[in-house]
Amino acid sequence: MSGNMNLTLKVWRQKNAKATGKLETYKVADISPDMSFLEMFDVLNEQLITKGDEPIAFDHDCREGICGMCSMYINGRAHGPKSAITTCQLHMRSFKDGDTIVVEPWRAAAFPVIKDLTVDRSAFDRIISKGGFISVNTGNAQDANCLPIPKTDADASFEAAACIGCGACVATCKNSSAMLFVSAKISQLALLPQGQVERISRAKNMVAQMDDEGFGNCTNTGACEVECPKGISLENIARMNREFFVANIKE
Amino acid sequence: MSTTSGKFLQSSLGKKLLMGLTGLFLVSFLIVHVSINACIYFNDGGATFNAAAHFMAHNPVIRVVEIGLFVGLLAHVVQALVLTMQNNKARPVKYAVPAGNVSSKWYSRSMGVLGSLLLIFLVVHLANFWVPTKQAVFAGHEHDTFAGLKEVFAKWYFVALYMVGVLSLGYHLLHGFQSAFQTLGLNHKKYTPMIKSVGFWFSIIITLLFASMPITMHLGLIK
Ligand code: HEM
Ligand code: SF4
Ligand code: FES
Repeated sequence: MSGNMNLTLKVWRQKNAKATGKLETYKVADISPDMSFLEMFDVLNEQLITKGDEPIAFDHDCREGICGMCSMYINGRAHGPKSAITTCQLHMRSFKDGDTIVVEPWRAAAFPVIKDLTVDRSAFDRIISKGGFISVNTGNAQDANCLPIPKTDADASFEAAACIGCGACVATCKNSSAMLFVSAKISQLALLPQGQVERISRAKNMVAQMDDEGFGNCTNTGACEVECPKGISLENIARMNREFFVANIKE
Repeated sequence: MSTTSGKFLQSSLGKKLLMGLTGLFLVSFLIVHVSINACIYFNDGGATFNAAAHFMAHNPVIRVVEIGLFVGLLAHVVQALVLTMQNNKARPVKYAVPAGNVSSKWYSRSMGVLGSLLLIFLVVHLANFWVPTKQAVFAGHEHDTFAGLKEVFAKWYFVALYMVGVLSLGYHLLHGFQSAFQTLGLNHKKYTPMIKSVGFWFSIIITLLFASMPITMHLGLIK
């Protein structure tokens, strides 16, 4: 079909967490511009399997921008050349026939490579387990109107809650800082009445876990905000800082 | 629920707070410094400038603030070193294709390098002016700082070094000024744009003012 593309791919191949990896070069032909980037990878993997080679391991699940699994660092940008989307939402029409595309895993000490392009993001889960929740008694849900919440707070909380934990903020940050992620998770709860009970311990413990995992320190370059597929704003980092300072003054 | 966080200043956010506070403190010093230096533009053979310099060298309050300034600068530099080293460790394997300038400004990613250039400049700068003034004060005789300025800026290589130092300062502030407020937790739909434009113009004006001094002195425009 006309308009289809032939591409050269340089993909990070690494057998396991301990092995040293390297960039391998592959060719794919007749790629439709309407394919998603992951579908192009499916084509490449079919090709490898047919040849009897090991397919490239990469994470994916929903393929519609909501699960946050599809971590790929493409041509120097998290989730590829477009801002505010995931890799599964990236279409091949963003590339030109004959392009060379370099695909690397997220790079961070806290996100070790498991195999090829898959990384271990369980550091995020451990941070969440330190306070990214609220404690409620089970039983009947109470009437929503019993808890008046200002519309602006509800909106800000909702925007923070849009974070899908994809890790693009860490991947793109020159410091591998997780502060956009952690601040979104602290903010979404700190803004709501339900989040008040654990407010102090949440700020202290989640930040402490973030530090323990070996993420770097934010220098406010703002790259995370640009690359975040869910438009999480730097305002959340400032809010996290306030939450943390106030928590430390109080306790 | 138990609290697992360690000492405040050992946490990432605690260190960043110290960074931001010391940074803003140093900014306040710059305002005083540039105002005193601007006295050379009275163009009165350094009379006003030397009077201001004399006041600064002998006022007891300024002596105390001077100590605070050194402590603040030291804290800023030490903290910068610790944070930058941690940040490098947080990404042991670098990307084959590094991130370009699409998602962030080069100077926001170069605060450590800009700060280091600044530190080198500061050492030379202190040796040029601060040390001779101190020696004179301790020896108990009057120091003609203005004559010192003329002597140093007669040499082109000092003028060049000062340009590098001042330009590093300019870019350091271009990111640092607004960055400090974000670090302190001040990010607001209404005020952040104001802070950003104040920071932008402050950086430009400070840079131009400081840069103008060695140049005008070198060209002999200041008598
Ligand atoms: C002398 C050596 C210096 C070094 C090595 C240095 C280094 C750094 C570094 C690494 C940062 C952190 C980057 C960031 O947060 O974005 C920083 C921030 C900053 N620096 Fe410096 N700096 C130095 C001197 C100065 C001076 C003289 C000033 C002011 C006149 C200054 C003002 C600031 C400000 C306002 C910040 C922002 C703080 C923040 O974002 O939390 N620095 N500096
Ligand atoms: S803040 Fe954005 S980039 Fe970071 S994990 Fe959440 S959705 Fe992904
Ligand atoms: S595969 Fe779910 S967000 Fe991309």
